[in-house]
Amino acid sequence: MSEEEVLRGVVLAHGAMARGLADAVAKIAGPGEDVLIPLSNEGKSGEALQEELEGLLGKGPGIVFTDLTSGSCALSARRCCRPGEGRAVVFGVNLPVLLDFVFNRNLPMEELVPRLLEKGRAGLTSLPDYTTHADSPVSG
Amino acid sequence: MPILLYRVDERLIHGQVVVGWGSKLHPDRYVVVDRTVAQSEWEQELYALGIPPGTEALFCTAEEAGRQLDAWRESELRTVLLTRDVETMLELAREDDLQGREVNLGGIHFRKGREEVLSYLYLDERDREALRELAARGVHVSARDLPGSPEVDLDDLTG
Repeated sequence: MSEEEVLRGVVLAHGAMARGLADAVAKIAGPGEDVLIPLSNEGKSGEALQEELEGLLGKGPGIVFTDLTSGSCALSARRCCRPGEGRAVVFGVNLPVLLDFVFNRNLPMEELVPRLLEKGRAGLTSLPDYTTHADSPVSG
Repeated sequence: MPILLYRVDERLIHGQVVVGWGSKLHPDRYVVVDRTVAQSEWEQELYALGIPPGTEALFCTAEEAGRQLDAWRESELRTVLLTRDVETMLELAREDDLQGREVNLGGIHFRKGREEVLSYLYLDERDREALRELAARGVHVSARDLPGSPEVDLDDLTG
């Protein structure tokens, strides 16, 4: 795989979330696994954020991991990852998603992205597991 | 129902607007006054993804907005109106009488030539001139990124 073909991961999130997640990944996966680049929207216009994101993604394939499905981070991610460009956006990022990415980023995109979504969903659960009480009303 | 918020924010529809202000004002409608977005269906789709269920988003130019402002003010829908920059808000003020209205500066970010006024507000001379003209037209301008933040009056912004 050439330099341009290496799958890059950019964590794009509000405030200090991206740096915190990237730091947590490094703590767990090891400092050598420097494959995630954190990017915050703090103090940046939409144009500036998009430009910075494009620069970090480079010319090769990449995945942008972002927090919300909408908002300034999501907008920049969507603009940089139009269909057919070998890039993807994963919304609702969490630590299980990123850890799985670090260790499996050699997989083809069409295999990797569904896998990451599954890991992310599996990582969001509760104790007790209220989801098993299907008859319970959900308030709010 | 009057327009609840006239806001200048480079990011237009985003978290601070929808969550921060939205949870306080409970708008039914977001009006984005921006020539670029008004001409791009793709951009409109992107921004529309950011509004809560049950609300609507409209996209138009200042000229089009000028013709609609009275109708929006008389509508039962609670409306938040957004522009990307001060110049567009000024353009709107020229289209319609904004005298006595309040304009909120929410986020104008750094770019070359702009100086920091607040952590979320950078202005260049062109912005300042537009702000002064807004004030001369009887518009009350102040800065506040979120409802819980302190409000900073225009006089303290333009020096």
